Amino acid sequence: MGMKEKRIIGKAIYHVLVCGIGLIMIYPLVWMVMSSFKKTETIFTTAGQLFPAPFVLENYANGWKGFAKITFATFFKNSLFISIIATIGTLISSALVAYGLSRCKFFGRRILFIAMLLSMMLPAQVLMIPQYLWYQKLGWVGSFKPLIIPYFFAIQGFFVYQIMNFIDGIPRELDEAAKIDGCSYYGIFGRVILPLISPALITCTIFSFMWRWDDFLSALLYINESAKYPVSLALKLFSDPGSSSDYGAMFAMASLSILPAVAMFICLQKYLVEGISTSGLKG
Amino acid sequence: MNKKKNLTFRQWMGQEHVAGVVFCMPFIIGFLLFMIVPMGISLYYSFCDYNILTPAVFTGAANYIKMFTDDEVFWQTIGVTFYFALVSVPLRLIFALLVAMLLLKTTKATGFYRAAYYLPSIIGGSVAVAVLWRRMWATDGVINTLLGSIGIKTSFAWLGNTKTAIWMLIILAVWQFGSSMLIFLSSLKQIPSSLYEASTVDGANKWSQFWKITLPLLTPTIFFNLVMQMINGFLAFTQCFIITKGKPLNSTLFYTVYMYQQSFEFYNTGYGAALAWVMLLIISLITLVLFATKKLWVYEGGL
Repeated sequence: MGMKEKRIIGKAIYHVLVCGIGLIMIYPLVWMVMSSFKKTETIFTTAGQLFPAPFVLENYANGWKGFAKITFATFFKNSLFISIIATIGTLISSALVAYGLSRCKFFGRRILFIAMLLSMMLPAQVLMIPQYLWYQKLGWVGSFKPLIIPYFFAIQGFFVYQIMNFIDGIPRELDEAAKIDGCSYYGIFGRVILPLISPALITCTIFSFMWRWDDFLSALLYINESAKYPVSLALKLFSDPGSSSDYGAMFAMASLSILPAVAMFICLQKYLVEGISTSGLKG
Repeated sequence: MNKKKNLTFRQWMGQEHVAGVVFCMPFIIGFLLFMIVPMGISLYYSFCDYNILTPAVFTGAANYIKMFTDDEVFWQTIGVTFYFALVSVPLRLIFALLVAMLLLKTTKATGFYRAAYYLPSIIGGSVAVAVLWRRMWATDGVINTLLGSIGIKTSFAWLGNTKTAIWMLIILAVWQFGSSMLIFLSSLKQIPSSLYEASTVDGANKWSQFWKITLPLLTPTIFFNLVMQMINGFLAFTQCFIITKGKPLNSTLFYTVYMYQQSFEFYNTGYGAALAWVMLLIISLITLVLFATKKLWVYEGGL
């Protein structure tokens, strides 16, 4: 056997191995999507067979009807509303704070920076009960407010930190030049920095949107009226034993619910990978 | 505004130290309003008998004493949670490192492979996947069917057995190794190839290169991943809440889920607040211990 053949065989083994593991990785997801196109009563009798024999769309129609006379259109609308508004709030507030922390010197800046790092380490689950008690005092429980308003106050240190890192990479000469031309700090932020940090803002948009979309815990805590359910919570109730045994409809709605994340992943993969690799945060 | 210099409002706002505070105002308000204040409230309630509906009664350290001396479930959840974190996090990191080494070699298909391995991490935390997981491991689920098709006929209840149920959650956690993999991948790429070339000249094989060059240079990344993942592992909630809800016999009851149940299902909110504070202490302790061992095994010499 010559060197060339050896290398080709080595390559083939490599691809078979990597491809094989990759297929096992995504098999459960493919199985779910495929099952959503099977007739619901055949899903588990044909669980070993991947492709739907009669390809049907009825599960999507059945699932979309939702429950308690509320269709999934409402749940998707709620999720979109919460995710988009909270993401806008996150972007605006995080960019402002990041600029202040990285470009202005002022009393207390170090303490603020440490507080921000702390807020990054402090997990949501620890704050779950304290925040619930506080929002209850404010009269926010039962509305979208706890899911939206806090995000307008840069409470996720992760995003501030991401943008700060990016701003630190912008040469200060640009600021100085704008200052000589009579720009205030506010002008520099709006006219010089903001246009330049758009790549960081795109990364933050993706993560923020996906995290808000997937957020289950806070919806579970604060939303108690089915017309206000986001998709995550609706899906959970939809799938609870007893409420429905229509697995076809359940898988159909589950597939739809991961569609935004998958679409973003496919279109904006480059930004996602960069965000993960530079910051080292969980996705 | 400023008496000394008689500045106009515009000029006053334009000073560097004022502008800095103005820009940071959202965080200052947010940090006080959504972190410090709630933490203070909960610290107080953790010393009270409180159930949301009736006024709180101050009971001193009663909640904490009860937790450590008179609550078997508390100790059980600690055990389950540690077991889950200590098994799933190392497994996840090992998988992430192995696959990252495989994907280091760039071919035309690398982009596709990277996507396939990373996809589960993107949606792994979602309710959709939790719902799917519950059905996958059911007695008539896809796993048993696939086992049947290769000749192992079984209707084993993976989620109904106290020994195996926790493993279904561990596998789900390990399945989401994609983000750790990407972090490993980017630090693997930073190891200069000259190191490998020099050691090849010295007669080192791939195996010893891995142990003597790759692994030591990766220890800072491994350390960082370990800290973050341990914290996250300790805090897992959604998957347990949806897939097992602690069943069977509390063998999968995670600390966070127990905390939720105490606060919002049994209405022992004061007790729940105390549980949250103990959790914060445990997490801080884990982080401290990890940092204390840092200088024993993490290479910080730079390249």
